[in-house]
Amino acid sequence: MSVTATIRIQEANFDAAQEIAALTRGRTDIGAVVTFSGICRGSENGEPIAALTLEHYPGMAEAEIGRHADEALSRWPLQGLTIIHRFGRIAPGENIVLVVTASPHRQAAFEAVEFLMDYLKTNAPFWKREESEKGTSWIEARDHDDAAAARWTKS
Amino acid sequence: MRVKYFAWVRERVGVAEETVEPPADVRTVSDLIGWLSSRGETYAHAFEKPKVIRAAIDQAHVKPDAVISGAREIAFFPPMTGG
Repeated sequence: MSVTATIRIQEANFDAAQEIAALTRGRTDIGAVVTFSGICRGSENGEPIAALTLEHYPGMAEAEIGRHADEALSRWPLQGLTIIHRFGRIAPGENIVLVVTASPHRQAAFEAVEFLMDYLKTNAPFWKREESEKGTSWIEARDHDDAAAARWTKS
Repeated sequence: MRVKYFAWVRERVGVAEETVEPPADVRTVSDLIGWLSSRGETYAHAFEKPKVIRAAIDQAHVKPDAVISGAREIAFFPPMTGG
């Protein structure tokens, strides 16, 4: 059975529990669901922040996430895949990103989520700007995120 | 061709997108960065560290040596920080 990923790039918040339920409703073949939720922290490097604003590249964001979803579906025996990434202003405690995978056994579901998150961090065209009492500033990319993504291409 | 800028590259250039007609000897993404940098202070500031800048042609990531002929849309942006 071919699996189609559900991919949404949206400004509105989402409910992770609802997304999991939508993926598994009426199914008795799924044995494992792994969920990653990325949530806006209320501080960055020890300094309180008021909010994050995510800028994205409409069109490319969908295309790039779609390419990685297709790769995950070809590498692991997944039965379902949902990826949601928000843009716009996001307050501390709110969701930023969601990846849900379903598979017969847990290993594929765990690995596919890690693979997708590592690639989303470094390759999906989103940029975070933080708001604090000092003003606004763009968050810098981290080298360890690049290293995390690179491990999936090692032979 | 249409050129788009995102995040601090957009802020420094001062526009989100524009249409440009670079001369024929501007063949690669790297050449285009050099040509754009010569257009004024805002561009020179945005592209002052060309190695940091990432590029996409028609919404797919490319390296600086990618050839730009035939491209409809080229985008420049800093390293991504989503997820």
